[in-house]
Amino acid sequence: MSADGIDINRRRFLTTTASVAGGAGAVATSLPFIATMTPSAKTRAIGAPVEVEIGDLQPGQLRIAQWQGKPVWILRRSDSSLGTIAEQDDVVADPESEREQQPDYAKNEYRSIKPEYLIVLGLCTHLGCSPTYVSRDQASNHNLGSEWKGGFFCPCHGSRFDLAGRVYSGVPAPTNLVVPPHMYLSDTRVLIGDDSGVAS
Amino acid sequence: MRIYILLTVLLFNSGWLFAAEGEMLYEFSPDLTDQQALQRGARTFVNYCQTCHSASYMRYNRMGEDLGIPDDVLLENFMFGTDKVGDTMEIAMSAEDGEKYFGIAPPDLSVTARARGAEWLYNYLMTFYLDPAKPTGVNNLVFRDVAMPHVLWELQGWQSAVYHEETGEDGELVRTIDHLEITSEPASKPQAYQGESYEQTVSDLVNFMVYLGEPIQLKRKSYGVWVILYLVFLLVIVYFLKKEYWKDVY
Amino acid sequence: MIKYILALRDWIDARFPLMEEWNKHVGQYYAPKNFNFWYYFGVLSMLVLVIQIVTGIWLTMNYKPAADLAFSSVEYIMRDVEWGWWIRYMHSTGASAFFIVVYLHMYRAMLYGSYKKPRELVWLIGMLIYFTLMGEAFFGYLLPWGQMSYWGAQVIISLFGALPIIGDDLSLWIRGDFVVSDVTLNRFFALHVIALPLVLCGLVVAHILALHEVGSNNPDGIEIKEHKDENGIPLDGIPFHPYYTVKDTVGVVIFMILFVSVVFFWPEMNGYFLEHANFVPADPLKTPEHIAPVWYFTPFYAILRAVPDQLGGVIAMGLATVLFCFLPWLDRSKVKSIRYRGTKYKLALTAFTISFVALGWLGMQPATPFFTMLARGFSVIYFLFFLLMPFYTSTDNDKPVPDRVRV
Repeated sequence: MSADGIDINRRRFLTTTASVAGGAGAVATSLPFIATMTPSAKTRAIGAPVEVEIGDLQPGQLRIAQWQGKPVWILRRSDSSLGTIAEQDDVVADPESEREQQPDYAKNEYRSIKPEYLIVLGLCTHLGCSPTYVSRDQASNHNLGSEWKGGFFCPCHGSRFDLAGRVYSGVPAPTNLVVPPHMYLSDTRVLIGDDSGVAS
Repeated sequence: MRIYILLTVLLFNSGWLFAAEGEMLYEFSPDLTDQQALQRGARTFVNYCQTCHSASYMRYNRMGEDLGIPDDVLLENFMFGTDKVGDTMEIAMSAEDGEKYFGIAPPDLSVTARARGAEWLYNYLMTFYLDPAKPTGVNNLVFRDVAMPHVLWELQGWQSAVYHEETGEDGELVRTIDHLEITSEPASKPQAYQGESYEQTVSDLVNFMVYLGEPIQLKRKSYGVWVILYLVFLLVIVYFLKKEYWKDVY
Repeated sequence: MIKYILALRDWIDARFPLMEEWNKHVGQYYAPKNFNFWYYFGVLSMLVLVIQIVTGIWLTMNYKPAADLAFSSVEYIMRDVEWGWWIRYMHSTGASAFFIVVYLHMYRAMLYGSYKKPRELVWLIGMLIYFTLMGEAFFGYLLPWGQMSYWGAQVIISLFGALPIIGDDLSLWIRGDFVVSDVTLNRFFALHVIALPLVLCGLVVAHILALHEVGSNNPDGIEIKEHKDENGIPLDGIPFHPYYTVKDTVGVVIFMILFVSVVFFWPEMNGYFLEHANFVPADPLKTPEHIAPVWYFTPFYAILRAVPDQLGGVIAMGLATVLFCFLPWLDRSKVKSIRYRGTKYKLALTAFTISFVALGWLGMQPATPFFTMLARGFSVIYFLFFLLMPFYTSTDNDKPVPDRVRV
């Protein structure tokens, strides 16, 4: 073994090239491993849009559907309860729905396509628990006080939402409940998870 | 020489576990490059096979994506039991009913091409022949006493066996099947099949079933080319790196 | 940047023998400078172990170890999971590749006498690795729950049933059921993904520690430690890093080219790596017409079938694997390398090699009378290679061994 005539620059160059090329290969190899952990075709098929029948909902009645495994609330609001929504504007955090928690077609006073039907994801925007629907006359069961107009109450950390899914000020949840993409297939059927037929 | 041929044949067929069942009349090697052919095969599969056989590991939309069939065409012409393109290719018949009708539940066909091989499938579909002794009225050259009736008869017609008779060494008459002959042409084929031969239909169907056995095979070889090109490039670099360092040793 | 990395190294080094261990096993581990082609298979075995562990972990994320779900979960991985097919083919190809490189690694030891003093323990630990690997392969092969998985497991477990007195109870205990079933699958899964990999990793560490204690052998079978320079460095040794790290990298890249060729182009390898009948879900009521183990077990399977007595066959098969452990003591030659061995050992090793390959081939064939006869002949040669070794190696016409290695 001799140390004569070693071309340090050539060695450095080859070592660097080999390291970079090998490193690139290692990164590329990691991609399939990352890809396997994304939702599979089966998961995506199960998470496909769901059709829900709403023709038989009575005013004040809540139906819970499931889309992508998550609860989706469909609440038929009575005319009188629709009237209370505007009264809450002063006590909710984002009355005009400025934050992007809904598609454009639900960015309105009632946060819905049809005022009568509220369609929101039943997951608290704080840490993902599913709040409970508490109507006006059940308020005392949850110590929500006499001012309660009906809405949603999260048992985990006490966040409260009104009948349009808007979060009240001063509770842990930062934003309004999410309105999922949806569209009406007919007067009595709604498709949740897909709004590709709707001009936005 | 003979022993070498024997050894070669055995060596290359030893993994071929079903080969012993019957002799192959036809040669067939699958070709998945023709997307049109795969689409025609898929159409035959859903119209004929999928009446009794499921392909529960295959999703309609995966098939549509791989074979270039848009969702609306899938819904219209390929899906009869469901309207969700993400569903797998199931059948309405339960396994219990299948067993009641045929004596054995029709197996799922998702990976049958991988188990049986393309050539076997081709021969199987080509060699149904009339056999009055069977409850279905037909027998098969590569799958003796198969429980399945000749589902594609309206495309092929009926074949009869032509026997070859020979007196064996012990004086007994030995009857063996020499070949099959079409004895009854199909009266009128369904509209969609009128322009093509039965061989073509079966070939397309088998190609589709080979695809069905492993959908990724349409793509994996092209990925492989890139991976190997990269590795050859890397080999050149590390070879020179090795040579450079080993100057010290030699 | 470099300054901070060096500072971090020194910080760790003050609390952990980082540089000491690095130098001992890599930086200043002096390996003979004359390693040839055969010396790639050690590092390649390590590489395949890593591939198997990593792809195995990812497979368990989607595989379901239950009789009614296992087969379909494998097809789910092959179709629905993004790139799942690639992970699965890497793992299934890796299983066969593991045995290819390990067999060649073991054969290297037989060519150059690497099992001989002072490396007996390196060899014995290696044999334990091999046995563990056989268990690992056997347990893993049940998991896809195809026909070959099922009936292969049934046959191998029944081998234990041949043992006198305890046999029946033992095979019942291994299965945990009267036949191979969901219960068996569940426990094989546990053994395959946790128990044996842990043992395997521990043994590999022990294998390398033992090797670095005594130093590597080489194609000349000369102890390089017998000729050192004034600093105590073997004259024919070179530091493992950078010389063998760069050389092994070349071997690794060439191996990967072959490996990914199989993965991307011939994942079934014509039925040798993925058997056709294993694409039929396990059916406890119907055995496939022709059942044979995967190729890496077929030499021993051929020996099993060659012996006409059930218990005798099982014992012969067990012996055929265990006999390797005794090589360090059966071999009485003073010479390690095939280069300086006499004619007798060269002939014996050739006969053994042919027998091993022939038995491997015969193990895949149906047991016709002719093949059984051949298998008997080759089995006899196989065993005579070991049993007669003390005699032909002690009387061989070995050549004189030079002092220093040839390059």
